[in-house]
Amino acid sequence: MEEIHKHFLNNNRRNFLKKAGLGIGGLALGSMMDPFNFGKSTDPFSALGNNSLNLPHFAPKAKRIIYLFQSGGPSQLDLFDYKPKLNLLRGSDLPESIRKGQRLTGMTSGQANFPLTGSIYNFKQHGESRAWISELMPYVGKIADELCFVKSMHTEAINHDPAITFFQTGSQQPGRPSMGSWMSYGLGSLNNNLPSFVVLLSNGTGRPKGQPLYSRLWGNGFLSSLHQGVQFRSAKDPVLYLKNPDGVSSIERRKMLDYLAELNHEQEASFGDPEISNRIAQYEMAYRMQTSVPETMDISNEPDHILQMYGPNAQKPGSYAANCIQARRLIEKDVRFVQLYHMGWDQHENLPTQIKGQTNDVDQPTAALIMDLKQRGLLEDTLVVWGGEFGRTNYCQGNLTDTNYGRDHHPRSFTIFMAGAGVKPGFSYGETDDIGYNIIKDPVHVHDLQATILHQFGIDHTKMIYKHQGRRFRLTDVHGEVNKSLLI
Amino acid sequence: MKNNYKLLAYFLIPFLGVLLIKYLSESSISKTIVLQEKDNLTGIDFKENSIEKVDFNFDVKPILSDKCYACHGPDDKARKADLRLDTKEGFYNSLQDANHFVIDRKNPEKSELIKRISSENISYVMPPPESNLKLTEKEKNILKLWIAQGANWEPHWSYTKPKLPKIPETIFKSWSKNEIDFFIAKNLESKGMVPSLLEKKEILIRRVSFDITGLPPTIKEIDDFLADKASDAYEKVIERLLSSKSYGERMASIWMDLARYGDSHGYQDDQERIMWPWRDWVIHAYNKNLPYNEFITWQIAGDMIPNANKEQILASGFNRNHKITQEGGVIPEEYRVEYVADRAVTTSKVMMGLTIECARCHTHKYDPITHKEFFSFYSFFNNVKEDGIIKYGDLAPKPNFTIKKEDIKNELSFVNLPDSINKVTLMVMKESEKLRKTYVLNRGNYDSPTDLVEAGTPKVVLPFDDSKYPKNRFGLTKWFFEDENPLTSRVAVNRIWQQFFGIGIVSTPDDFGSQGSKPTNPELLDWLAYTYQNIDKWDTKKFIKRIVMSSTYTQSSKIKSENLALDPDNTYLAQYPRQKLSAEMVRDNALASSGMLVKKIGGPSVKPMQPDGLWDEVTGGGGGSLAFYVPDTGENLFRRSLYTFWKRTVPPPSMMIFDAPTRDFCVAVRQKTSTPLQSLALMNDPQYLLAAEYLSNKIFNESDTNKNEKIIKLYRSVTGRVPSDIELEKLKKYLDEVKKINQSNDKEAFISLTVLIYNLDETTQKS
Repeated sequence: MEEIHKHFLNNNRRNFLKKAGLGIGGLALGSMMDPFNFGKSTDPFSALGNNSLNLPHFAPKAKRIIYLFQSGGPSQLDLFDYKPKLNLLRGSDLPESIRKGQRLTGMTSGQANFPLTGSIYNFKQHGESRAWISELMPYVGKIADELCFVKSMHTEAINHDPAITFFQTGSQQPGRPSMGSWMSYGLGSLNNNLPSFVVLLSNGTGRPKGQPLYSRLWGNGFLSSLHQGVQFRSAKDPVLYLKNPDGVSSIERRKMLDYLAELNHEQEASFGDPEISNRIAQYEMAYRMQTSVPETMDISNEPDHILQMYGPNAQKPGSYAANCIQARRLIEKDVRFVQLYHMGWDQHENLPTQIKGQTNDVDQPTAALIMDLKQRGLLEDTLVVWGGEFGRTNYCQGNLTDTNYGRDHHPRSFTIFMAGAGVKPGFSYGETDDIGYNIIKDPVHVHDLQATILHQFGIDHTKMIYKHQGRRFRLTDVHGEVNKSLLI
Repeated sequence: MKNNYKLLAYFLIPFLGVLLIKYLSESSISKTIVLQEKDNLTGIDFKENSIEKVDFNFDVKPILSDKCYACHGPDDKARKADLRLDTKEGFYNSLQDANHFVIDRKNPEKSELIKRISSENISYVMPPPESNLKLTEKEKNILKLWIAQGANWEPHWSYTKPKLPKIPETIFKSWSKNEIDFFIAKNLESKGMVPSLLEKKEILIRRVSFDITGLPPTIKEIDDFLADKASDAYEKVIERLLSSKSYGERMASIWMDLARYGDSHGYQDDQERIMWPWRDWVIHAYNKNLPYNEFITWQIAGDMIPNANKEQILASGFNRNHKITQEGGVIPEEYRVEYVADRAVTTSKVMMGLTIECARCHTHKYDPITHKEFFSFYSFFNNVKEDGIIKYGDLAPKPNFTIKKEDIKNELSFVNLPDSINKVTLMVMKESEKLRKTYVLNRGNYDSPTDLVEAGTPKVVLPFDDSKYPKNRFGLTKWFFEDENPLTSRVAVNRIWQQFFGIGIVSTPDDFGSQGSKPTNPELLDWLAYTYQNIDKWDTKKFIKRIVMSSTYTQSSKIKSENLALDPDNTYLAQYPRQKLSAEMVRDNALASSGMLVKKIGGPSVKPMQPDGLWDEVTGGGGGSLAFYVPDTGENLFRRSLYTFWKRTVPPPSMMIFDAPTRDFCVAVRQKTSTPLQSLALMNDPQYLLAAEYLSNKIFNESDTNKNEKIIKLYRSVTGRVPSDIELEKLKKYLDEVKKINQSNDKEAFISLTVLIYNLDETTQKS
């Protein structure tokens, strides 16, 4: 009997958690267990749902990712997809032979005509790769040879809410886990003091009253809430309820936790409930986060030359620049997935002015982040992705004047770029027609991008599944192909 | 206590018998199968192995569904080799070659199925390697055994009407208080387990108070129960709880997850909406014990009941709780289709426990529900005169319903309209005069209509007889409560069971189909379903009383190590399953136990304290009245959690951290996690600190108690239990140490002690 009892204890998921929790210094968010053992054992992980995943499926190139999400839909035509012909055709109507009756948003579908407009900004080729980059992005221009541009992205949604949700979860309607949650679920965590999926938000100065975000974008969907993205905020409490109340010292807290553990163990003895140990471990993790989170967020020990690299807003809490520094610090601490959102790219009108504000926010810090990772040897296994939920139209929304125009949402073609972790540097992929409306070569669908990102982590996107309500779900639904052309 | 000894005797006598059964039960199916593993191609010597009976629905069907139906199931578009394994014919008919069978009942070893699943040839084996699906050895052997035993076929268990099963005999007869217990005991007996003794009274009253009212018992209520030595003391507690107004609040807070209730429209911009009068109605309906059939009928078709009264119209707001977009530039029809689909999916989940959404894009891969049937069901909800996109500031998009002061004086007295407001308008259902045509939408897309369909229900559940009821939502409610409907009662009782035991008898309350879990105790489920429908006549309070009066419910939650070994997840309920309190209960416990709770019912949703900036940091330029979170003042800070304002794109953190769903869509079962964020909230959320301080000061300032008594009272207020001597010693020691650390006085140290007690595991558990 005793042997059977022990066997069950060792194979009982609850006790496994207990073992993991106490054995390697605390169970944590995103199942912060030994990553090299994670997913390899069988039964004990059934609670987390990934016992049969056998991850990684093959040798990974990437260990960590920073996703610089540009919320609102940056104009590819003013940043990366250089179309001199659009300037020549300026003011003439978008030919129906190009549009082919494709649907438009309700914001421009009623327009009498669709006057084409090129960018008022100049483009120049950069680096050995001769990448065309707009004068709005001088710093990004300087690192062109580090970047892999995908100029033939396309998506299915034409409005923000479904389009961002689609990019982050693989489905236009809410309810699925976000990419970061999938990674946490599939790969676990690399550290035991911080969550494996961290989210940072910043407001754009280009269009400060832009469209909103939704916390479900970093939600765990049907996966365990252990895998939800944890927002690190620039507020006084970087993580909700992190700070001890005024007057409670960390010595008192420690004392309380010690007594709490003792009393909880008493209860464990009287109720025989093995879950109690798990909850004691959660308190210990919470306590460690109280130190590790502020430590990570505190940039006072960053040397001046680093701060200068990230530009004038580097020390402004909650700015994109400050978040880029945070992202690097989190990556250094082996946080698996750092998700930034920068709002304000939705330029239906006054695009020339608004986009300048946005690029002022992001140009220098983005380039600095990539180079900073590189100089620390982190770019090798950290993937950086920069991009929005869709692109913008080649025709003007509203009145076209000499100095002003707006652009509507355009899901049929747009540009994103990536760097690091085995993607081809100094490379450009895909092509749009000469007026930047349709893709004419090498289209990459959102699901393809997701499949490719997962691939870099050693994940076969068709195999990382979670069974929910009887159906096997994946980030890429039933679609997506890894695009090996983008990879070294 | 005496009672307990009596019970103990009953356990000791049959104990040897139990041991015997335990050893006998070792020869279960799985063991038999394991023994056969080493065989040749067919894996089994068919002649020798007809000992254990494989059950088609419980053993075989789940394997077929999970591993075969994706290509050989109901979806004819996905079907490979023209072979379907979800019908009897598909299995038994010969293949192209007349001497060749999927299942050869005369020569089992010649069955193509056996050859395929046993093959090591990657181009021949099933499932094919590229499907990423694989049969385990055990699964293969179950299939082989099943064929060896004659490959009998039965319809899916949940699609046949529940019959009243015979009450089983059990050796734990004297343990059993009512019918429920006989079923549970029988199951335990067959697994070689022993049920648990009656729970201690002070733990039991906390358990049942939370389960029925969502609130902890007061110390006085505990003392009264402890002092009441009458044999019906417990029954009196139940009667009191069921008749308290808090019962309706507890039930409503569960119903709001299913109804995807929110106080905002939910998509981008996510502005305010008004639906709280509907929530007040739910509370009222539960409290007046509206029978379940009427409760549902009013919500699904209240507006269509002949001569519908105002209360019935108000109830129909249920199916307007879905999200509605305000995002500029969307294509309205795309979203209108989403709303109709949401109603269809929600209604299906709540009433049939079926996930029909798969059939929106294609015929269901696992359950026999066709693409066309989805749109027939969808058609019931497709006739509402509504807009796909609504304007900013529209609090109650049409169709809507206005409640005036005079209504409140009359039939709608349960709507808690603030004195300062004269009327309130909320969304309700209303049919267009002209019936909107419904088409099958290819891949579920709004812009790809194909065939015209008429309203109807999935045939496999029960055909919709339009000679008996009209082809509209009202007719649909008649169909739900038709005597022959196999799902309505099962799904309903399973959810109620889940409310009291944490996990349903079917652990997937939203999936009674092929891929869902099988009932752990099918006879009990059917008994409950039959009883709720035919004996209790949908009287929910009466039905709940049966559950909480049972020994199954009142037994101790202490986990015995023997049971842990045999049934680590406590599937068979050899003890009461200890559970985490729900998000609402965690907060309400702090408010109630400290004495801060404001027990006012209903009215507009309230904004208690939450960390600054959570709304505005994601709001962008929109949000209207919800751009910034402005906490309420005064008593609204201390209302029960079900009244907390629900902004769907930024739901209240105090609820989300403790596993509440986002309310974006219907949810029938919540997650159960333990995270460090929960620990941080309990330690540092000012709401909990305030409660701790308030309670601490109140007890500390009492003049007629000494230190020990104060600590005990504190402990009892929060956990409902008198601490043991060891615990008391530790608490006192902590008090001294914290005083030393902080160089503080007794009063301050007492607050620290209270915070500690609020963080105890027991505080946030239902034992």
